[in-house]
Amino acid sequence: MEAFVSALLNGVLLGLAYGLAAIGLNLIWGVMKVINLSHGAFIALGMFASYFLFHSFGLSPFVSVILVLALGLVVGMVAYFIALHRVISAPELSTLLSTYSLSLIIIGVGTFVFTTNPRAIDVGLGSLHVLGTYIPAAKVLTGVYSLIFTVLLYIFLYKTWTGKAIRAVSMNRVAAEFMGVNTTFILSLSFGIGIALAMVAGALIASVFPFTILSGGVYELKSFVICVLGGLGSPLGALVGGLVLGLLENVLTLKMSVGYVPFIEFLILVVILLVKPSGLLGKE
Amino acid sequence: MKRGYTLFWLVPFLLVISLYPVVTKSVIARETVFIILMYVSLAASLNIIMGYAGYVSFGHIVYYGIGGYVAFYLMHHVGVRLVPAMLVAGLFSALMALAVGEAVLRLRGAIFAIATIGVNEAIKSLVTNLSFLGGATGMFFNFKIYRAYGGAAKAIWYAYYVMVAVTLITVVVSYFIKTSKFGLGLFSIREDEDAAFVLGVNTKRFKSLAYAFSAFFPGMVGAVFFFKAGNIEPEDAFHLVKSIEMIFMVMLGGYGTASGPVLGALIYERLKGMLLVNPLFKNLHLAIAGFVLLLIVLFAPGGLVGYLRSKFRKLRGVLE
Repeated sequence: MEAFVSALLNGVLLGLAYGLAAIGLNLIWGVMKVINLSHGAFIALGMFASYFLFHSFGLSPFVSVILVLALGLVVGMVAYFIALHRVISAPELSTLLSTYSLSLIIIGVGTFVFTTNPRAIDVGLGSLHVLGTYIPAAKVLTGVYSLIFTVLLYIFLYKTWTGKAIRAVSMNRVAAEFMGVNTTFILSLSFGIGIALAMVAGALIASVFPFTILSGGVYELKSFVICVLGGLGSPLGALVGGLVLGLLENVLTLKMSVGYVPFIEFLILVVILLVKPSGLLGKE
Repeated sequence: MKRGYTLFWLVPFLLVISLYPVVTKSVIARETVFIILMYVSLAASLNIIMGYAGYVSFGHIVYYGIGGYVAFYLMHHVGVRLVPAMLVAGLFSALMALAVGEAVLRLRGAIFAIATIGVNEAIKSLVTNLSFLGGATGMFFNFKIYRAYGGAAKAIWYAYYVMVAVTLITVVVSYFIKTSKFGLGLFSIREDEDAAFVLGVNTKRFKSLAYAFSAFFPGMVGAVFFFKAGNIEPEDAFHLVKSIEMIFMVMLGGYGTASGPVLGALIYERLKGMLLVNPLFKNLHLAIAGFVLLLIVLFAPGGLVGYLRSKFRKLRGVLE
């Protein structure tokens, strides 16, 4: 029973972080109709940004996350103009490959600079005693922060003028342009926000698990599963998808070998794509 | 369909490359050419579904892995010889593609691409957990197996000749598909699937067939490669990076053309070889590949062959 409660709590907390990572991917897909294959590379970049802020300036990941967010926004907007602006209206193959080449560049340079040695951030916050089990405080904070960022994004998208413009562009780019929305700016901003969220998620996850420059790939694949589960293009869906995945990972492993978990995850991915491509929460 | 003269230089070209190590008896050259041929075959077969039909199969390496595993199992546990095992592996891969395609080919564009990544990862994790396939550590040949071919040294030359044959067949078949009515149907699907359907192209059957063809050859390539390697493990057989390399080669050479993937594979192998021996670029080769790919996508989406075709009209007959 104790193991079950612990698995449940861990699942929810990690699920929130997975959800945050996936929201970045989902926003970019929803607004730009681009599958961002550099997502994992940016998650890894977020992990390293947090790592260096911690080791060089002694900033706790839970403080420096604001800096990572700002950095991600800038890097993402620049990346948009380098890799995507020219091909944004081209067939999907072009955007898939251009974001993938971005990922190759980041991972390639990252491997060169940081090597693939595993690293970890030891925040040393101790554990909390919850419902009869011990949970590392970093994990709790990661979950809480993820939830806060998700809520902030939601408020931004639904309550501010810029947020509304982003949603307008995602519904119909041409019509939004006619209504006076600067679509180029909105597209680059959306990409920037998507990248910033990916990097923030990376920074938070880095405080819980050890990582290497290649770790982003794992979370990128998880993000795909989550997005598909929750419905491509729906931010709330990504949160729900993240929770489902986090719970699956932690609860299933109580009963079966860890090795089967990825198989089940990707089986879910393929089955959902086939049976209900709009996701669990999708309409139609 | 009017056919050009591409095959008249492409096949002799490949033959000259393949004969070079045989004439010089150089083992180093053989290893290099073996990899080149493998890349050519993989790129040319991916091109059938990706270049002709416009379906970007991102996890295409899965059929190479499946073929490798089927052939390895047959050779290791049943004692089948390489060529029959390879044919069974190719057919098995093609049948898998028909079954998987029945489902995933209903998806379009980027969603299809993600689904194929999912298929690759799902099968990789499944194989990692199947004990009769050796699980995560995979399977190793007992060296006795090579005795049937006259010892390990001769077996490797034998594998080389088989790879030459597979590559030539892949290139010729991909050329004939491109210039056939079937190929025309695939190109119409790539340009506008709904219009093709309305105009009477049996899009579902065409896509499935193209997918099966593009899975058949990687299945055989996988069989030969892992026969030569002597061991097989899931991380090697279903390595997503290899999938990306295939896409890279197709894009570099020119997607949708028959000669493009061949040239793309050749250039990629040489480029990679050069970068890997250079001490400065050794660790940066991924980043450089990414940079080159970005330049191609942004400025020359037709790849090398596409660029040459648009610049020199006279070359169109020989560069298809």
